[in-house]
Amino acid sequence: MKGKPGRVAQVGYAVGLTGLAVVGLVLFVLEVTSISIIVLTIGIPLTAGCFFLTRRFAGLHRRWAARQLGTPIVSPYRPVPQRNPLGRLWTRTRDPATWRDLLWLALNSTFGLAFWVVGILEALLDLVFWWLPQHVFAGLNARLARALLAPTKRAVLASRVEELAASRAESVDTQAAEIRRIERDLHDGAQARLAALGMTLGLADELLARDPEAARALLAEARTASGEALAELRELVRGIHPPVLADRGLGGAIEALALLLPIPVELDVRIPRRLSAPVESAVYFAVAEGLANVVKHSGAASAGVRAVHEGDLLTVEVRDDGGGGAAFDRGTGLRGIQRRLSAFDGKLFVSSPEGGPTVLSLELPCASSLPKTSRSCATD
Amino acid sequence: MRVVLAEDLALLRDGLIRILEAHDFDVVEAVDNGPSLVRALSDHRPDVAVVDVRLPPTFTDEGLRAAIDARSQVPGLPILVLSQYVEQLYARELLADRAGGVGYLLKDRVSNVSQFIDAVRQVAGGGTAMDPEVVGQLLNRRAGDAPVASLTPREREVLSLMAEGRSNAAIAARMFISEKAVGKHTNSIFTRLGLPPSEDDNRRVLAVLAYLNN
Repeated sequence: MKGKPGRVAQVGYAVGLTGLAVVGLVLFVLEVTSISIIVLTIGIPLTAGCFFLTRRFAGLHRRWAARQLGTPIVSPYRPVPQRNPLGRLWTRTRDPATWRDLLWLALNSTFGLAFWVVGILEALLDLVFWWLPQHVFAGLNARLARALLAPTKRAVLASRVEELAASRAESVDTQAAEIRRIERDLHDGAQARLAALGMTLGLADELLARDPEAARALLAEARTASGEALAELRELVRGIHPPVLADRGLGGAIEALALLLPIPVELDVRIPRRLSAPVESAVYFAVAEGLANVVKHSGAASAGVRAVHEGDLLTVEVRDDGGGGAAFDRGTGLRGIQRRLSAFDGKLFVSSPEGGPTVLSLELPCASSLPKTSRSCATD
Repeated sequence: MRVVLAEDLALLRDGLIRILEAHDFDVVEAVDNGPSLVRALSDHRPDVAVVDVRLPPTFTDEGLRAAIDARSQVPGLPILVLSQYVEQLYARELLADRAGGVGYLLKDRVSNVSQFIDAVRQVAGGGTAMDPEVVGQLLNRRAGDAPVASLTPREREVLSLMAEGRSNAAIAARMFISEKAVGKHTNSIFTRLGLPPSEDDNRRVLAVLAYLNN
């Protein structure tokens, strides 16, 4: 966000927004009229038009107030489904933010206008008497805008609940699919191998007296089979939770991953304390997938991983100097990463223009010791 | 030969004791956790220790850390680390002091008893025994580099076996060639990798591993 406007700009804003407050008065009258004649057919498009204009108008003030107050003000509107115009109008009519907009419009064009008239004077005076407290009236208007144009606590919570429900559903699905995969792998792999091993050993036992040579051959076979079963189980365990991650945490595990790559990997890992196991795991697999893509697709000569846990944010970046062209719609790998991260409010960004370089970056909010509905990733 | 054994799973501990004692090793103490291992190593000063990476109380890489600690106090204390999985990172840490007398093997390798016993003796004698998987990964990683890429397939095979800690005689037997031929291959490998030639098996292995691990 840009900083607070300077003293000269304040004069400009004061004059401009005073004018807009007058425009807002017209808009308010128009909107109220449109709504009151909504039973007539002409009222419907008029109301829709007014809603649209009001939102743009409010958006402008939201941005200005955010700059003036130095705090972001997010848009409070409910998402509008892409249905017919009437459906959209209905959704907007039921959105409390629409009516708060209207209320603000009325106040901004009355009290706000009055504040602005004094505000222009004040902004001009500020140019001369710079030691006086600055822009009190502009601040009042900005607070008025924030009070009515920012989403209510309730709306914030409602959208958070929606987000959480979606990510929870996704986590549960992913987990169920993982467990099914593990079950299948065990059933078709190690379990079958161990059963076959038992048979081979039984046969060897039977042959031992009659044909020791054949028994010996079977025993050698059994040994090979046990080795294969172990190798398979090892792979499976790596896919569930790599032992090195449990041993050394995310930093050590990333180092271990980098050691396996056929190209040099520059590491910058600064994670001073252990993160919670699920977060470590999600981020580990994200980095593993990123590095695997580097080897498989990019044709890069070198790569780099940066992982920094600073304040309340864990940022990880996997980059390479390869050919680029990685995208979400190519393959399921990146999608899978995104799904896993969404359970922790993590975000994934991919920048991979044709011709490279590719940078995969992810961000995870990591405030410690907060309740589970908020963003927490450190161990307790 | 006196052995200290650290393995927390009773089933595997008993199996290892049985194998070691059948080959005339004297298992002076078998422990099942990290702190006891540290104590047993300093109490007994064994000729060789066989240690599982994952041990209680933390069930992480307790055994490996104890091994590295013990070797920092008693340089070259022979330790063979066993694990269900091998990590390049751990191999690097074990080799870091370049003192020799160190091994790192998958537990699977124990099933080939004679090779496992060879490895224990090799480590006890100050040699090095790296799991083929470690060596394979190292070679793979450097496969694109100019000197490694210039090796012939035969030389790569010799290099792998050498890094696993096998002597020229063992390599010759395994590859069905004469010991002299193995010597020729090793000299050629050393020249190509730009390493100083050495008669000492162990220094040779360490040089190769250090080179690959670089």
